Amino acid sequence: MPVREKAQPVEIERVHKTFRRENGDTVKALAGVSFTAQHNTLTALVGPDGGGKTTLLRMIAGLVAADEGSACVLGMDAAADAQTVQERIGYMPQKFGLYEDLTVQQNLDLYADLHGIGIAARQTIYPRLMQMTALGPFTRRLAGLLSGGMKQKLGLACTLVSSPDLLLLDEPTVGVDPLSRRELWEIVRRQVRESGMTVIASTSYLDEAEFFDHTIALHLGKVLAEGRPQEIAARAAGRVFMASSATKATARALQSRLFRQPEIADAVPEAGLVRVVTHEAELPRNENVIYAPVTPRFEDGFMLLFRAAVGDIQATAIKLEHRPENAPAETAVEVRDLLRTFGDFVAVNHVSFDVRRGEIYGLLGPNGAGKSTTFRMLCGLIPATGGQLRVAGADLRTSRAEARAKLGYVAQKFSLYGDLSVDENLDFFASAYGLRGDRKRTRIAWAKAQFDLGAMATLPSGQLPGGYKQRLAMAAALLHEPEILFLDEATSGADPLARREFWGRITALAEQGVTVIVTTHFMEEAEYCDRVIIMDGGVALAEGSPENIRARAKRSDGHEPTMEDAFIAIVEASRQDLRKAA
Amino acid sequence: MSERQQGIRRTLAMTRKETWQILRDPSAIAIGVVLPLLMLILFGYGLSFDIKNLPVAVVVEHSSADTSSAVSALRLSPWFAVHQVGTMNEAEQMMTEHKVNAILRFPPNFSRDLARGDATLLVAVNATDANTARIALAYVTGAIGIWQARDAKDGMTVPEIANIAIESRMWFNETNQSQWFLVPGVIVMVMTLIGALLTSLVIAREWERGTFEALFATPVRPSEILLSKTIPYFVMGMLGLAFSVAGSQLLFGVPLRGSLWLLIVVSSLYLLVALGIGLVISSVSKSQFLSNQLTFLVTFLPAIMLSGFIFDIRSMPVALQLITHIFPARYFVNSLQTIFLAGDVWPVILPDAAILAVMAAVLMRIAVKSTRKRIA
Amino acid sequence: MSETLYRIVALFRKELLAILKDAQSRVTVFLPPILQCLIFGYAASFDLNHVPYAVLDRDHSGASRALVAAIDGNGYFERVATLQKASEIPEQITEKRATLVVVIDKDFERQLMAGKTAKVQVIADGRNTNTAGTAQGYISAIVADFSRKWRNDNGHAAPPGVQVIARAWYNPNFETRWNMIPSLIGAITMMMTMILTAMSVAREREAGTFEQLLVTPYRPYEIMVGKALPCMLIGLIQATLVLLVAQLWFRIPFAGSYLILYLSLIEFLAASVGIGLFISSIAKNMQQAMIGSVVVIMPFMLMSGLTTPIMNMPKILQYLTAINPLRYAISMTRQIYLEAAGIAQLLPEMLSLLAIAAVTLPIAAWMFRNRLA
Repeated sequence: MPVREKAQPVEIERVHKTFRRENGDTVKALAGVSFTAQHNTLTALVGPDGGGKTTLLRMIAGLVAADEGSACVLGMDAAADAQTVQERIGYMPQKFGLYEDLTVQQNLDLYADLHGIGIAARQTIYPRLMQMTALGPFTRRLAGLLSGGMKQKLGLACTLVSSPDLLLLDEPTVGVDPLSRRELWEIVRRQVRESGMTVIASTSYLDEAEFFDHTIALHLGKVLAEGRPQEIAARAAGRVFMASSATKATARALQSRLFRQPEIADAVPEAGLVRVVTHEAELPRNENVIYAPVTPRFEDGFMLLFRAAVGDIQATAIKLEHRPENAPAETAVEVRDLLRTFGDFVAVNHVSFDVRRGEIYGLLGPNGAGKSTTFRMLCGLIPATGGQLRVAGADLRTSRAEARAKLGYVAQKFSLYGDLSVDENLDFFASAYGLRGDRKRTRIAWAKAQFDLGAMATLPSGQLPGGYKQRLAMAAALLHEPEILFLDEATSGADPLARREFWGRITALAEQGVTVIVTTHFMEEAEYCDRVIIMDGGVALAEGSPENIRARAKRSDGHEPTMEDAFIAIVEASRQDLRKAA
Repeated sequence: MSERQQGIRRTLAMTRKETWQILRDPSAIAIGVVLPLLMLILFGYGLSFDIKNLPVAVVVEHSSADTSSAVSALRLSPWFAVHQVGTMNEAEQMMTEHKVNAILRFPPNFSRDLARGDATLLVAVNATDANTARIALAYVTGAIGIWQARDAKDGMTVPEIANIAIESRMWFNETNQSQWFLVPGVIVMVMTLIGALLTSLVIAREWERGTFEALFATPVRPSEILLSKTIPYFVMGMLGLAFSVAGSQLLFGVPLRGSLWLLIVVSSLYLLVALGIGLVISSVSKSQFLSNQLTFLVTFLPAIMLSGFIFDIRSMPVALQLITHIFPARYFVNSLQTIFLAGDVWPVILPDAAILAVMAAVLMRIAVKSTRKRIA
Repeated sequence: MSETLYRIVALFRKELLAILKDAQSRVTVFLPPILQCLIFGYAASFDLNHVPYAVLDRDHSGASRALVAAIDGNGYFERVATLQKASEIPEQITEKRATLVVVIDKDFERQLMAGKTAKVQVIADGRNTNTAGTAQGYISAIVADFSRKWRNDNGHAAPPGVQVIARAWYNPNFETRWNMIPSLIGAITMMMTMILTAMSVAREREAGTFEQLLVTPYRPYEIMVGKALPCMLIGLIQATLVLLVAQLWFRIPFAGSYLILYLSLIEFLAASVGIGLFISSIAKNMQQAMIGSVVVIMPFMLMSGLTTPIMNMPKILQYLTAINPLRYAISMTRQIYLEAAGIAQLLPEMLSLLAIAAVTLPIAAWMFRNRLA
């Protein structure tokens, strides 16, 4: 039925797109991608950085023209009729362009006006959007002052104000906490259900793909696989197991060991065990590990496909040349009664915790919980209003420069010098930490080898692919062999494989005695931590090992709760208590 | 609703957004309101070629009635602060130490020569500031001339001799006030800063902060985006004009001899040219830093140096005079000086206005052509 | 101490690399000073030539024609029209065809012959007051010359006048260019270095790299020094370029000592970099840093003595110029370049510049860490 086929909202046929970098290199973003998005469905674009997701979405939105092939959107040519297409779609870019110096209402009004929404129509649309996004109480607040999750919800509201026929979302949940993520997707699903909208979204959270109608895995500008999430998951049927150690090794240690085995495609710690996906339908022989088969999910299927496409990955076991002098159980970070206020607003409200040497310690919490503020105080970037704070035996804010030489810091946003090359960045940071001569040379060589940066050494770091930027940031933070490593949402927006590599390195570092403090929005990553603290509204809600935390949220179906279940349960319970008290 | 109404509505919405942003950022207000007033005050009070109390060393080597009378005449003049010294050495010392800017030396036989009618007066000026030195020299000559004429009247009648008297008249600025001709300069600078610098900056900012991507995927047309960037800054430029004109009248009594509407029309044309340059630059360069550098080089410096408001274009080398024709500022300054001080002189204003109008049209056309809703 | 030095050197190298890495930014840093110096050198002059003028000769005598010939032959003036009646004067001036109209009275020659005072009227276009005044001065000089010569040639007695013999120190021909171009050394470098420094911290803040820098062992003053020195070095190179243009292209003889000149420039650059860093430590983003530096540079340029002398300003404004580093730079470069001034003579300027740097630099360093993000 060719006629019916032409009626689909998005039909992409063999599109190619090549970009030219500033240094003259060409990058093939799309190499013959074809797909169709059916009317009134949710389509997910998944895949690693540089896979071509963003370029594809921009092409559908009429912002990028294809070099070859055709993009037919809502029955029109997206390149030729871009203007008409743009009147009927909603597009939310990765870095949504909220005007941070305007209020929530002003942002919303702008998009309503641009889409020609009449005053009468707004009377019905606005209350609905406000109710869905729970932004109602904040309409007069400046968009720049909203938390990350609220910003994304406002961005979504701005795109939905016109009730578009087609909604395009580019990584809408990057940097958004699990609670807000759930809410955000709930809004999207309601649109599909109630307004008959068609949605295409890219995401690096593979669990989110689970509830989509159709998924497309992009890799190096080509479609690796497509189908319903269940179909993708089914590819891993009979190859997924929950592994536990017979020798009572920690899940983290087991994971890092298993992940390196050639016959294993994927291994992640989950609920105290390790979830394993094998390349073949037979188990690796290892008498110390007990395997129990489980039903595969989308992520398992995707990782299987993906590992097959990528081939062997780099050995992620990082080796330190010098272990930090290790006195176990000694306190590396000590926080007592920490208080931080901004005017009337209490961002961190009397928080206390300790981190022991060699521990991986996680700071978890929804957007705006006060994690980042705590983090920045620990690093000495902002002063505390009250309380005590010791990192490696000193308050970094007032201490001498030597104390700062003991820590490494990887910021949330890539914050090395984008116009300097990889070599130049490493050279600068090595010198900044006082390395010189032979020692500097060997350390830089070590870092480039460990993080596989050799091939990229002369490229300006701003032009590195996403995963490599993250590696470079880590490399720069480890040059001086810090005792304590601070990682602020270091995996935000990274693809699944990059995250696993990242955690492989972190685990190895911790095993060698480095203390690691992380913040993350991926709750399954909390499983890698020795202990975590959960914050909300500036207050510590729970602290303990992942087991302890999970134990606080028993599921009614008897299944072991995941970290995400536990997190949501704890935060929601505390919010309910607050509401009751108020 | 028709497509036309939709377009107007989108433009208005974007304009409103731009206005909110301007009102929110103190630096935009600083450049729109504070800078015009600051420049008006600095130009009005600070920039002056009129010398007052120039420190002068007077060397009288042989005192006489004539020298005393001449020195007291110099002392009475408002232009000089006289330091009388005995020897040339002392005076030269003072000059090297910058205590005085000029030396007047009455030679030993001044009185005798004066009687004979061929007296000389030696004047040395520090010409490290050539212009001031030249003015100072003229003042000294003038002061001595006046002294002589008065001295002659006091004494016996000197027989009239063949001479030429110059009767000078300065049209349009009879009292020779430099503020009167500097005010157009303030207006040019304010308009250039607001029109070119600020617009190129705000557009580069939208690229850098990624706000354009979401905007581009809406029905808004490129021309509507440009229009919305033009309107608020146009209004701001006109406010700057109002401030400058009102300030110049209240503070310095600068006359407006031409008609107000003509001033507004010509200023609008220049403002449109400046906005056009800002828009074109920002469509070429997407980084704030580069935009700023380019705008500075292309608009701001020429507006000061090559517009003729401080330095007369006619005394520049021919090649440079030709270059000034590329920059809109010279036409604007030319017209402004005429509208303020002379009146509606059509033969001066019409060609200038026509050139500005053509420039504005061409630049806007380029801006529209080069702004497309495309990423990368 | 050696650690500190090492870190500063590292930051210094990084900053230079970031500024000068690609060809485009090298061009934007080093080409404008040369262009500006050339353009300003030619444009920024109060010396007139080719002043268009019209003449209305009502006398039509030998003397009047001789006077017109004297004006024509002088080289400063260019006759654009010869008028027949007074009613033609307004359009010449108003429509900007002529800057001056010289009117020679009807009985010009007769008066002169009779040993009396003949009259010449000079009408100038006052819209550009400065040009008009200068042009009138030129005419006066030509006319005075002419009458002296006429008396000599016709055997008339000289007036019992005082002849003023002028001598110009340091700049024998009163050339504006001679004082303008040495002043540009300071003016051009200040404009560029101040914007460069103001942007350098603001850009790092916007990109998030400043926090990365703050968690390293760098002390605030090390960051300050590491950021200030590269900008000063670039300023010195720019100053050298301007100096080269001044000597090789404009052929303005350098009278002083290069050592003292560079010493003064270093001090001046430290002060302006201090102000630039101060602006950037207050600014929230690049836009504010840029507008902030423009708002500061503008009055600094106007109130520096570059175009009009500081002593002509009202007292209050003169006091305010005490915080303007350019004022000292211009005064110093002129003195060194033209007057061959020594250190002792420059001491007041040097101390003032030191004071500016000593106030702004530490405040900027303190703001790096203590400014709330």
